Amino acid sequence: MTAGNGIPAVELENVTKRFADFTAVDSLNLNIGENTFFAMLGPSGCGKTTTLRMIGGFEDPTSGTIRLHGDDVTGLKPYRRAVNTVFQSYALFPHMTVAENVAFGLRRKKVDDAEVKRRVGETLELVQLSARGSAKPRQLSGGQQQRVALARALINHPRVLLLDEPLGALDLKLRKEMQIELKRIQQEVGITFIHVTHDQEEAMTMADTIAVMNQGRIERLGSPSEIYEDPRTPFVAGFLGASNLMSGTVSGNEVGLPNGAVIRLTDIQAARCNGHNEVQIGVRPEKLSFFGSNDGNAPVNRLSGVIADTSFTGTSTQYLVEVPGIGQVAVVEQNLGDIHDPGEEVTVAWKPEHTFVVE
Amino acid sequence: MTTTTLHEPELARMARRRAMVPYLLLLPGIAWLLVFFMVPILRLIGVSLQSGVYPNYEFTWQWDNYARLWTTYGSQVWNSLRFAFAATVICLVLAYPLAYFIAFRGGKWKNFLVVMLLMPFLMPFLLRTLSWKIILADEGIVVSTLKTLGVIGPNATLLATSVAVVAGIAYNFLPFMTLPIYVSLEKLDRSLIEAAADLYATPREAFRKVTLPLSMPGVVAGTLLTFIPAVGDYVNVLLLGSPSEFMIGNVIQSRFLVVLDYPVAAALSFTLMTVIVLMLIPYVRATGTDDLVA
Repeated sequence: MTAGNGIPAVELENVTKRFADFTAVDSLNLNIGENTFFAMLGPSGCGKTTTLRMIGGFEDPTSGTIRLHGDDVTGLKPYRRAVNTVFQSYALFPHMTVAENVAFGLRRKKVDDAEVKRRVGETLELVQLSARGSAKPRQLSGGQQQRVALARALINHPRVLLLDEPLGALDLKLRKEMQIELKRIQQEVGITFIHVTHDQEEAMTMADTIAVMNQGRIERLGSPSEIYEDPRTPFVAGFLGASNLMSGTVSGNEVGLPNGAVIRLTDIQAARCNGHNEVQIGVRPEKLSFFGSNDGNAPVNRLSGVIADTSFTGTSTQYLVEVPGIGQVAVVEQNLGDIHDPGEEVTVAWKPEHTFVVE
Repeated sequence: MTTTTLHEPELARMARRRAMVPYLLLLPGIAWLLVFFMVPILRLIGVSLQSGVYPNYEFTWQWDNYARLWTTYGSQVWNSLRFAFAATVICLVLAYPLAYFIAFRGGKWKNFLVVMLLMPFLMPFLLRTLSWKIILADEGIVVSTLKTLGVIGPNATLLATSVAVVAGIAYNFLPFMTLPIYVSLEKLDRSLIEAAADLYATPREAFRKVTLPLSMPGVVAGTLLTFIPAVGDYVNVLLLGSPSEFMIGNVIQSRFLVVLDYPVAAALSFTLMTVIVLMLIPYVRATGTDDLVA
């Protein structure tokens, strides 16, 4: 499926978009490979939707170049781009049936009737809506409308499919189902999906590659696990899952914290501290476990404190541990054994490889 | 157990009372229509079947009054229909681009432009029409310009012709055409037009396949709001036309207020109403607006 020539499906070179009073996208450089599920993740106003709209041709960049499969498309109108979009509000044509909506793109390209009919049937089957072809969009549920929007874009066999927060309007259960469904469809049709979302869990569930955007720039680009395990910036660490961030003084492979505790780093993480004296380190709450204060089996990175809050969430329990000199540390433990109560004195510990450095 | 049985009739009574609310809210409107629309209509029908000479009319099932519309006033009926039709077409041709411009290109001037559109209403209807008399006068600017350009002959005039009458009607009803079209374009979801462009529709195709069909409710409402009052109009003819341009409205007006021939005037009024309703039913059906109103 992957084009062997190495030309990226989408290439942004120094793309900037300025509106009257602010810069939405700031000299962005980005290559998106063939046949990937790419997610642009960030809070509202981070420039992710503007970036998507520039790839689709709905906004012209103030400066920079956009290439699709090597061809410069900067300034090209949307109807001349081999790109299709699933809009946030679906934007289904209310005066047309589901089948007419889905056929719209092929009709514009003057595909002959028999072919249109065949492909509409095929695509409705792909999104499991074969029975609803003659319904009007308003007669469908939100999830069904979402699938029509998807079918209407996919039927044109675009080389790149843009999805603008397509699951935002669905309830949680349906959203989870559609995440799996979208991933299945992407693998089945084998085209590049670019998915804009502010939901980190959604991005991690579906995407092969995630770009975390903030203030018009990409803060971190990588696979979901790379970004999660090593977020590198405080923004990414906070936006993608929860993190415990602590400041300390670095010397070699060790970071001394204000309360006297010494935290061990891996060589790779320690190398990133080069040239710095003060650094911020972090650890994910689920990487922490409780141990007895003198337990020899406990990992080397340890903090002692008092449990301030315990909240039971079903599969796990979330604790807030008050550590003197550091503040509150969040811990998430699976519900396998005893649940600790507030007021209990505890030691939490984690392994050096679970410690990350942020800049 | 006992408490539920006690509460059941009370709950039922409350549900019944709640079900009554919509009807109670409709009551003033229904009463108004009954007193000021249904009763006069029925009286109108009664009067239309009377005969005699003012002021001594008697109810005699005088069906002959109805025949007068076709036998005596055929040319006025024809004038009414064709002037109203022409004015409606002119209004539509002028109003659609105007409404489109305000809705899509108006930007921050949108509300100002809508107010400008309604400005003529601040002037009384009669004054507005009278000013057209000056504009279209034989020595006026329009006629002399057209003569200089050679569009019309040296002895041609505009005033007291069907051109002036149609122009007057079109001018007076333009806002009634523009506003509904503007509203339907204004509320049109812009992402639908983007979606059309995304699906390879050129701007022209996007307009034909998406914008135009979705603005049809506005077009239908606008044409109805223009055509219906235009058919019954008589002021424009009085001020800008001549007796040969008289419309059915002029006949009804003179029968009621000048000749005092109430039965014929009533018969003409009632027939006019019926004819308009019968003409509009297939129109509204064909344009399929009930299907568009989501």
